[in-house]
Amino acid sequence: MSEVRYTKDHEWVRIEGATAVVGITDFAQGQLGDIVFVEVPAAGKDLTAGGEAAVVESVKAASEVYAPLSGKVVEGNAALPDAPETVNQDPHGKGWFFKMTLNNPAEVSGLMDQAAYDKFVADLS
Amino acid sequence: MTITTNSGNRGLQIEQPLIFEQNTKGDTAVDLPPIPQVRTRLGTMQRQGRIGLPGLSEPEVVRHYTRLSQKNYSIDTGFYPLGSCTMKHNPRLNEKMARLPGFAEIHPFQPVSTIQGAFELIDTCAAWLKELTGMVAVAMSPAAGAHGELCGLLCIRAAHEANGQGHRKVVLVPESAHGTNPATAALAGYTVEAVPATEDGHVDLEALKTKLSDQVAAVMITNPNTCGLFEKDAIAIAEAVHAAGAYFYMDGANYNAIVGRLKIADLGVDAMHINLHKTFSTPHGGGGPGAGPTVLSAKLAPFAPVPQVVKVGEGYDAVEHAGDPRSPQAFGRMKGYHGQFGVFVRAVSYMMALGADGLYQASGDAVLNANYIMARLSAELTPAFAGPCMHECVFDDRFLKGTGVSTLDFAKALIDEGFHPPTMYFPLVVHGALLIEPTETESKASLDQFIEAVLALAQKAKTGTAADEFRARPLLAPRRRLDETKAARKPVLRWKPIEGGAAPTVARQAAE
Amino acid sequence: MRYLPLSDTNRRDMLAAIGVGSVDELFRDLPKSALASAKFKLPNTASEIEVERALSKMAAKNLDCTKAPAFLGAGNYRHHTPASLDYLIQRGEFLTAYTPYQPEISQGTLQAIFEFQTQVALITGMEVANASMYDGATACAEAVAMAARVTKRSKALVSGTVHPHYRDVTATAMRFLDVDVDLLAPDPYGIEDLIGRIDNELACVVVQTPGFFGSLKDYTALADACHAAGALLVVCVTEPVALGLITPPGHIGADIVVGEGQSLAGPMSFGGPGVGLFATREKFLRQMPGRLAGETTDEEGRRGWVLTLSTREQHIRREKATSNICTNSGLIALAFSIHMTLLGEAGFVRLAELNHANTVLLAERLEKVKGVKVIPSTFFNEFAVALPKPAADVVEALAKRGILGGVPASRFYPTYPELQDVLLLSATETNTESDMDALVAALKEVL
Repeated sequence: MSEVRYTKDHEWVRIEGATAVVGITDFAQGQLGDIVFVEVPAAGKDLTAGGEAAVVESVKAASEVYAPLSGKVVEGNAALPDAPETVNQDPHGKGWFFKMTLNNPAEVSGLMDQAAYDKFVADLS
Repeated sequence: MTITTNSGNRGLQIEQPLIFEQNTKGDTAVDLPPIPQVRTRLGTMQRQGRIGLPGLSEPEVVRHYTRLSQKNYSIDTGFYPLGSCTMKHNPRLNEKMARLPGFAEIHPFQPVSTIQGAFELIDTCAAWLKELTGMVAVAMSPAAGAHGELCGLLCIRAAHEANGQGHRKVVLVPESAHGTNPATAALAGYTVEAVPATEDGHVDLEALKTKLSDQVAAVMITNPNTCGLFEKDAIAIAEAVHAAGAYFYMDGANYNAIVGRLKIADLGVDAMHINLHKTFSTPHGGGGPGAGPTVLSAKLAPFAPVPQVVKVGEGYDAVEHAGDPRSPQAFGRMKGYHGQFGVFVRAVSYMMALGADGLYQASGDAVLNANYIMARLSAELTPAFAGPCMHECVFDDRFLKGTGVSTLDFAKALIDEGFHPPTMYFPLVVHGALLIEPTETESKASLDQFIEAVLALAQKAKTGTAADEFRARPLLAPRRRLDETKAARKPVLRWKPIEGGAAPTVARQAAE
Repeated sequence: MRYLPLSDTNRRDMLAAIGVGSVDELFRDLPKSALASAKFKLPNTASEIEVERALSKMAAKNLDCTKAPAFLGAGNYRHHTPASLDYLIQRGEFLTAYTPYQPEISQGTLQAIFEFQTQVALITGMEVANASMYDGATACAEAVAMAARVTKRSKALVSGTVHPHYRDVTATAMRFLDVDVDLLAPDPYGIEDLIGRIDNELACVVVQTPGFFGSLKDYTALADACHAAGALLVVCVTEPVALGLITPPGHIGADIVVGEGQSLAGPMSFGGPGVGLFATREKFLRQMPGRLAGETTDEEGRRGWVLTLSTREQHIRREKATSNICTNSGLIALAFSIHMTLLGEAGFVRLAELNHANTVLLAERLEKVKGVKVIPSTFFNEFAVALPKPAADVVEALAKRGILGGVPASRFYPTYPELQDVLLLSATETNTESDMDALVAALKEVL
């Protein structure tokens, strides 16, 4: 059983028990355009909710990917640095950035659910 | 439409392979005198193996670079309305003066008695800059605008440290600032806080005041600002900044709009860099060299970096070391030797040619030209701010709304009309910005031709059926649009020999 | 004024189109008080002849190196400039173009940058090079900052063989970035111990080859020691002509090579503008400062070039950029590249050989002068000598005899008594044997 939540910085986080998978949303990749560079965190890195966790770049923009929750990196997506276009092609699937453990599952309640995020994006445009 | 020819050439546009790919006799275009036979003293450090450089004859080299040059747009060939970049005519007199042997063929460490004319040249350049700005001192060594910004901020940091204010770590920078401002503040060890702009494109004075505190080291404000407007609250800003114990850094990237009209010292400025390659017309050279001398107020002058030219009796000397008792508080050295000397020669040549009256006329014509463009283009385009503007005008992309044509597409279409595109998507505070700076060296006929082309393109875009055509532009330039994504995903940043070769070899060997 | 095309009629028509009565109205946002007080004590417009007279008079006050035998180096070298080089860089399409941000109409500059990057990488023995920095000294500071980013450490060790201006510029820049720079004492006799000072907190060691005092050292062991400690080796080259004859820094394990390209890029011009060379390993590419041209294709599949990886730079990354550099040294980089192309492999090597041979001839002559000792046993086109009296006095006395006889070390290190008698001398292809004889004769008189 997994649930997907969203941040205002356009990260998605899929909670799978005590761990979570993090990526950027389809909306975010569309805004960035062709992604040319991705840097994912190494396993073992400590993350604080809202802190910088990864980097994503298009030709004309560079952006941080923030940790949606506090915890520790379990795995960075090793396939992304060599194939950054995956983030454009499959942002919610193969284009995931990193997996992390959760220090404080209660933080999840501070994130948006699907309906709230959809509304958030709709209000932006 | 794709044009095909057997050679790949298109009339005067000739395809030119890399020098490494040319099938040549592999020798040299530089014949040298015979080499005396000596016992070498290189020890164990003599190079083994080939370097991998090709060898061409002189006619091949001259043709190579002449053909490359013909693929460039330039001020000499056309109108360059590139906002914030000040692409004005570069007089050849300046080049001629820089090539006088007495300036070109001198070494920076000749005995001081043999380089009095060089120091006089630097002092002359400094004297003009101080008189034009009303400031008491100028650090001549910064190599470009961003380097001058750093010079100003380091003077500010040194001054704060000398005054027991070293705890101040924040620099306030407006949202509309050029990217070098926050990057420079970071290099000076400062953190950056943004100051919002008002709806009419100015720094929000009230918001600025609320951000001022005893943690703020300096405020960096471009004036005229990147929206092409003069900050009319400049004096009030300076007073508020000084009252908070901070310094007022004015980014002089747009100084060309006001040169010869007022002295920035009268605005309360503590430091400002001057891009000699903009305001004083030294050539941009495809990306430099420039020079960014930084004028300083009395409070900051003692901290100016070395080297400094000083008068000694009837002659000159230079303070070349930070520990020199003649400049005990200098914060250090920013650049080798005596700064961008060759650029100073060109700038002095330009300043002398214009003189006080010519500079006054130049800033007047630059502002007149920009306002003329703004007035006439407003018939079809949407100005981001009410006029009058200073030396440049900015339009947003409301006029393209619903047309399917982006700012980028619109600008690229101008290339086919024979114009360099304006600056796009800058300043960031204007949506889809087109920033147009004509400079004072364009004739009315040249402006009219540009205006007519832009108006016609705007009308075409507004038909709503031309998006695909715009997206394909340019069609008539040496290249169509280039794939920047491909360039960035798998960077190829140098030529490499064909796979399989152990060491680099010249193309000649591969071809034989 | 000849640079301003508008006529008074034009101005009137334009003001009418704008809907204002005068140009002054366009300046209405400028504070009245500042406008009223602005009086400029400056001359008015001058004709070409007048400007030429004034500047020629100033230039004539210098003793230039075309008029005197000159043996000056110390990071700035006089070489012959091929006639076609100066012609080509004065073509308006190069001289008066902006930074190539619009690649469709800047392919000339972009292809030239790509060729420059390749040439710099080849001669330094490195994998990638950027489109240039301001000069060698600022490139050195950028290299130390980059090493600190790569290693996430904040200590640097700078050899006494490094050019004093490179040392000063680096120390100044790093002080504000909280990188601790250890400047070793100037080292004319090659006695400093670098390897013994390496520890696991060091971001980089900076050396120079050929050294500031002339000597050629093998830094292979130093490179190994740096890498074992997780530090980078930065190698400075102030005389790139040497790379025609000596082992390139990349082949002995350098991680970053920086240098000054002036010696191959036209006249000395009193030391500026020069062009900073910057090369490194591909794995450090993302931490490299400065512009880069990269290869790609256009919509018709034709090869072309663009500025790339610009997310490292200030106009996108702003306060998180690798550097604040924007304008660099484009035209001087082009001059460097054209000169390298004119020389080609054979010419570049021969130019280096000729420089070295002339310098050996100079050393052999000086070794016969009583009281003069050539300090380094190996060198390229420059060496330090020990004199029996202060070098600055000797140089002044030589200048009075119409000879520019080297650079005294005290010009850079006034507070080091042991360097007062040390003089740097350089010979290039521009020096003849009769120049050398004149120097030796004059030297015998003044010593």
